[in-house]
Amino acid sequence: MTEARDPLHVDGELLATKKQGAYRLLTIAAPGIPQRFRAGTFVAVSTGEGRLARRALWIHRVKETGAYGPTLDVVVDPTGPGTTWLATRPVGTRLAVTGPLGRPFALPREPVSCVLVGEGHSAAAMFPLAEGLRERSCPVTLVVAAADEAHLLSALEARRSARAVTVVTADGSVGMRGQVAHHLPGILERADADVVYAAGPDATLRAAAAAAESRGAWSQVALERPLTCGTGLCQGCPVPVAGEDGIVRLVRDCIDGPVFRGDRVAWGALA
Amino acid sequence: MSLAWRGGRVMVASGCGGTGRELAAYADLAGLDFVTRSITLDPRPGSPGPRIAETPSGLVNAIGLQNPGLEHFLATELPWLVRAGARVHVSIVGSTLGEHADLARRLSRAPGVSGLEVNLSAPDQAGEGLFETREPFHAASVVAAVRREFSDDRPVLAKLRLDPSRAVETSRLVHEAGATAVVLGNALSAAMPDGRPGGLTGPAVAPVALRCVRDVCAVLPDLPVVAAGGVASPDDARRFLAAGAVAVQVGTALLHDPTTVARIAEALSRGET
Repeated sequence: MTEARDPLHVDGELLATKKQGAYRLLTIAAPGIPQRFRAGTFVAVSTGEGRLARRALWIHRVKETGAYGPTLDVVVDPTGPGTTWLATRPVGTRLAVTGPLGRPFALPREPVSCVLVGEGHSAAAMFPLAEGLRERSCPVTLVVAAADEAHLLSALEARRSARAVTVVTADGSVGMRGQVAHHLPGILERADADVVYAAGPDATLRAAAAAAESRGAWSQVALERPLTCGTGLCQGCPVPVAGEDGIVRLVRDCIDGPVFRGDRVAWGALA
Repeated sequence: MSLAWRGGRVMVASGCGGTGRELAAYADLAGLDFVTRSITLDPRPGSPGPRIAETPSGLVNAIGLQNPGLEHFLATELPWLVRAGARVHVSIVGSTLGEHADLARRLSRAPGVSGLEVNLSAPDQAGEGLFETREPFHAASVVAAVRREFSDDRPVLAKLRLDPSRAVETSRLVHEAGATAVVLGNALSAAMPDGRPGGLTGPAVAPVALRCVRDVCAVLPDLPVVAAGGVASPDDARRFLAAGAVAVQVGTALLHDPTTVARIAEALSRGET
């Protein structure tokens, strides 16, 4: 009973690995998954050595890689044992990959002005979204933020898919200095934003949702939680979100999200 | 193999198959024995995060029995599972004998229920306000109350603790109280890294499960035993079947690889290793 939109669980292969600042950019052959990709979805990857929880990675790009057909690029931020294992795998490593998982970003029907905010490794989710919006003739302002230059995803590539690119680093090593949250009201104002998309730490998402709401714009935020299965089976990733009826319930980040309307997330109750 | 067991040899363990819909992308549910997450009379929101922690070859979980309650389950989740062709074993848990009896009575009339699994071994019964079954006769009293209301020949499974010191005694008493089979067993009582009560599952608990299965099968050869605890491969399943189990349940492995149930069932039916 699998359908064309259903995720797949496949035996993938690591085709290329490249250092990108503090991150590792992996190119993975995962047959069938790239064809089903939509911006905002992710893959769950197994990391061996008795670790049972999967590691969730935003799909950063789908591209053609020679004989392999379409492949996936993901950005790994090696902060724990699982992500460090992934970041240190040699080319040719077999990887169990499940995806694409989660609900994607909803795209506007009209060519409205969109501001995309991506902080740290989560900015990976914003690049394909920018391309999708550009294809719909939406003016796109892409904000790429990070603690410092090493954690900044390539702004050069960002310029290919966005009309305007703004870089913010906490230490001021590149672009504007400070927390991206503080700069958001001004950026939204200048872009005359109708829709705000955001991926990154909770505080940034909350600020993006608030900045959008205060000017009557829509917001969609991609919430990151440590995921165990990534497939909706385990109920291990609760997030408090208001339904159509306004009542807040604990829903699953991995399958009911990870993209939510910013005005529906009960930010105060987020654990 | 005991003649009393008519289910399949590979089942989806409670709490690891979602509502069924999530698993359907990776496994054909038609004909599959599917145990639901534990259903309570009233909805339970579950505990706040973090709910799951990784340990060497295991997971500790503190989900807090999140479930939509019996009404909602009967209205939405059960009909979907039945339509998908699954053999639905509804896991039930309650705070009192009366609640267990209520659940059993209403489920006995619900179309499409293949059987019940009584969760007698939630890792944090006190914290969840559940009927406590530390003593084997308490567990047996729950099974008797359920059997009285679920009185045809459909199976009632009793899911027990992985406690080798009490497994045989508890199995004997719940069998006498009307359980068709025992499931050995539930998550081991454990703690989350921050100290909250939780349950340990995965390959880390498999040797404990194997000990319980082996002991119960040796002493009670007429009681069907379903093994649960770290089954992740066809070899794991065969080890439990060789110890005397009539079936295995696959749980935590599904969180790591959602195709595990389908792969093990296929390998067993082909007789491969």
